[in-house]
Amino acid sequence: MSSTATTPLVEVTNLSVHFRNADATVHAVNGVDFTLNAGEVLGILGESGSGKSVTLKTLMRLLPEKKTTIGGGMRVAGHDVLSLDRAGLIAFRGRVASMIFQEPMLAFDPVFTIGQQIAETVIQHEGVSREVAMARALEMLERVQIPSAKRRLEAYPHEMSGGMRQRAMIALALACKPQLLLADEPTTALDATVQIQILLLLRQLQKEMGMAVIFVTHDVGAAVEVSDRIAVMYAGRFVETGDVRTVIRKPGHPYTQGLLAANVLPGTGIHAGKRGDRIEAIPGAPPNMVTLAPGCAFEPRCKWAEERCGTKVPEPLPSADGGAAHLVRCVRAVA
Amino acid sequence: MSLLDVQGLVKHFPIKSGLLNRQTATVRAVDGVSFAIAAGETLGVVGESGCGKSTTARLIMHLIEHDAGNIAFDGKTVGSQHMQLKELRRQMQMVFQDSYASLNPRLTIEESIAFGPQVHGLGRTEARARARDLLARVGLNPAQFIRRYPHELSGGQRQRVNIARALALEPKLVILDESVSALDKSVQAQVLNLLADLKQEFKLTYMFISHDLNVVQYISDRVMVMYLGRIAEIGPVGEIYSNPRHPYTRALLSAMPSVDPDDRTEAPPLTGDPPNPINPPSGCRFRTRCEHAEAVCKQKEPVLNMIGTGHSAACHMMNAGSGHSKIIPIAVAA
Repeated sequence: MSSTATTPLVEVTNLSVHFRNADATVHAVNGVDFTLNAGEVLGILGESGSGKSVTLKTLMRLLPEKKTTIGGGMRVAGHDVLSLDRAGLIAFRGRVASMIFQEPMLAFDPVFTIGQQIAETVIQHEGVSREVAMARALEMLERVQIPSAKRRLEAYPHEMSGGMRQRAMIALALACKPQLLLADEPTTALDATVQIQILLLLRQLQKEMGMAVIFVTHDVGAAVEVSDRIAVMYAGRFVETGDVRTVIRKPGHPYTQGLLAANVLPGTGIHAGKRGDRIEAIPGAPPNMVTLAPGCAFEPRCKWAEERCGTKVPEPLPSADGGAAHLVRCVRAVA
Repeated sequence: MSLLDVQGLVKHFPIKSGLLNRQTATVRAVDGVSFAIAAGETLGVVGESGCGKSTTARLIMHLIEHDAGNIAFDGKTVGSQHMQLKELRRQMQMVFQDSYASLNPRLTIEESIAFGPQVHGLGRTEARARARDLLARVGLNPAQFIRRYPHELSGGQRQRVNIARALALEPKLVILDESVSALDKSVQAQVLNLLADLKQEFKLTYMFISHDLNVVQYISDRVMVMYLGRIAEIGPVGEIYSNPRHPYTRALLSAMPSVDPDDRTEAPPLTGDPPNPINPPSGCRFRTRCEHAEAVCKQKEPVLNMIGTGHSAACHMMNAGSGHSKIIPIAVAA
């Protein structure tokens, strides 16, 4: 599958996204760099307001242009995403990169059947006949393991349960076999027994179709289940990036360490919090993204903070024991 | 004696539709639930959406009226002359998931917390003094926060205010309905620590409802697992998590995502979504998703059967006389 081994599928360089308001500018993303190879899964882990969803939406050019200032560059499969025109965007979305969301009800049009909506996408991108497109829609519904798929083609979104709708949205997103799937908290709103089904389905489809995936979540468990690499996001920056094992077992950034400790993970062997013990909570709250301090954004909450932390944003540098692929934005983590 | 004793609680919601607005279906939200909470313990309640955990909480608080059953608080039947509703609300308070919706946007933080005690007869000055005292106990500096409005606070701070308000009447029982679910993990940990401290300081009893099995394991003494309006299993937290007996409890626990990159989940424990509580399956409600389902599961509804010390499960496999072919022998200390 990996014929593009020499150039990465996704290259994001120094991405910044600011939202202008009448009286303030929100600095949502502040210099994000990463590359992603074909067939690779990157999990972006972060809390609300960390800029993880904004990064994904920027990759699809979904943000309102009048109110958004985007800096830096992003290339996906040879396309310069930020300079695509209207026609270019239509060809890009769904065919090169596709996105799935937390709330599938909002991703579907309520007045068309599931089958019609999947077929429409296929016709738009591949110019095939309605019959061929409907056949593809059926194949996709079977692929995402929707029971009695033939009957479900005729169903309207509201007639399906939450888990089934989420499967249908995955079928819609993958109908034109995109090279990159962007997943924005796709399992957060689901019940526990349904969530694991969808996570495993995504993992299986990713292997079968060989696509790259960027999976955004606030849930450490969900990220571990699907990711090859993990990026931890805080205040619009990747504060730590590395192989999933390295980040979970040897977190280098104090925020990642705190997040894993706060995640009350009993009985797992790693970070096993004992019942009744106090949880090692990170004090304070995430920073205000309007008035961002000049130094490390985590400095006000960090127990290791020293004077140099407040003056300059630390560069992402290889960690002491994680190797060159483990980048940490912390003055202490550097060898 | 139990602080709270719930017997045979039932709540059905009618669904009306059509031209004449006739009742066409019934949501069997809570369908015969019995349990007790001892003074000083924390009962965790878990289950998926539609299992009736929040409806149970609202019935206990008498925010909605139950159709059948009995709720006794401190040995007194609620609604009787021994326990009027107003007195009950003083003894029992609730903290909800949405910290913003549960505060009046036009009242300052101090007014919100002092409101309850004033209704219950405390003077204005004393009520305000109590509000300030409680703000300090939940980790918010009174001088800084008393004059603020809810929209000026972060989610974590607002939830601290809601906790302070719940404690303002010096209740014995606090029902926490997904109270930490909407908070970010780092803030969630702070609030969980706070809840543990307050419980000790004010000798509280908690009913802690959550869909997050990690959090429930951390905070609970006993755990109740609900499925489609009924109790599937109830028991001490260690037993439920290390020796789950009901097939649903087992599935729920193995559906938790792995946090070990070398030991990822291989197969989902259950297929499909939870069924609709409007027309729950006959007999055992879990049988449509259960790998051990047999004819008897369709015909008879399993009763909650004692299978260990304080540990009960509602499954035919744990009831020797049920007729199920896979009876699991139970070793109960005599």
